[in-house]
Amino acid sequence: MKEFDYIEIRVPAKPQFVSVIRLTVSGLANRIGFSYDDIEDLKIAVSEAVTNVVHHAYKDVEEGEIVIGCALYENKLEMMIADYGNSFNFEEIKTKIGPYHPGDSIAGLREGGLGLYLMETLMDEVMINNDGGVTVFMTKYVAREQVEKNVERITT
Amino acid sequence: MDMVVNFKKDGTKLYGYVEGEIDTFTASGMREELEAVKIKEGMEIKLDLSKVNYMDSTGLGILVAFYKRALREEGKVKIVGLSKRLQRLFEITGLSELMDIETDKKVELSNEGI
Repeated sequence: MKEFDYIEIRVPAKPQFVSVIRLTVSGLANRIGFSYDDIEDLKIAVSEAVTNVVHHAYKDVEEGEIVIGCALYENKLEMMIADYGNSFNFEEIKTKIGPYHPGDSIAGLREGGLGLYLMETLMDEVMINNDGGVTVFMTKYVAREQVEKNVERITT
Repeated sequence: MDMVVNFKKDGTKLYGYVEGEIDTFTASGMREELEAVKIKEGMEIKLDLSKVNYMDSTGLGILVAFYKRALREEGKVKIVGLSKRLQRLFEITGLSELMDIETDKKVELSNEGI
């Protein structure tokens, strides 16, 4: 038997499809057995990745597409979000993202740049490949097994 | 998959009730609703998010923009009715330290019962 099931979704890079992707990923994550909170995290992470593509990748081209590949393992979900539009400078963007800090003044707060930060915070692994188009790889592990192992350790 | 904002005015206080999912598709509607709010000096605005069942960085960006404008125009914004999920989003982004937020009391009470 194959190690994982692979599901691929291909949609036009338009805002109205972000929620469709989110709901699909939620359904797939449910099949693997993720907890409610982990599924909510996955929904946000994939929405952020797809939203980035919708906003940035196809500024000049009207007919862009997003490909979302999901690999369902027994204990983890791997997702790949790819576009074939303009690539962005990851290092440059990375300097402009991240959480807000307690000392920040409200008046000077930026109104964007949280998407990538949320993806990195909510997923276990995030990798971004930037060769002609942008591909985001994200992995989240099911926490359940670890908990069960710990429980066993306590009872023995 | 919709988002609505209903406003209720009570003297110098304004209550905004946001409902639905806030993502990049519904965001423009929410941004327009909030931009249309006329903020007067000393005005107290409460945004109730208890019926928001999904929000990501797009929604946070809109709230930050509104919060900043309210501050410039000398109004006061408080964000109330946050579910555990939304509160977590405000915490991991650091916004809970910077904005006036309040967790949904009903949610907290039901958790205490468990």
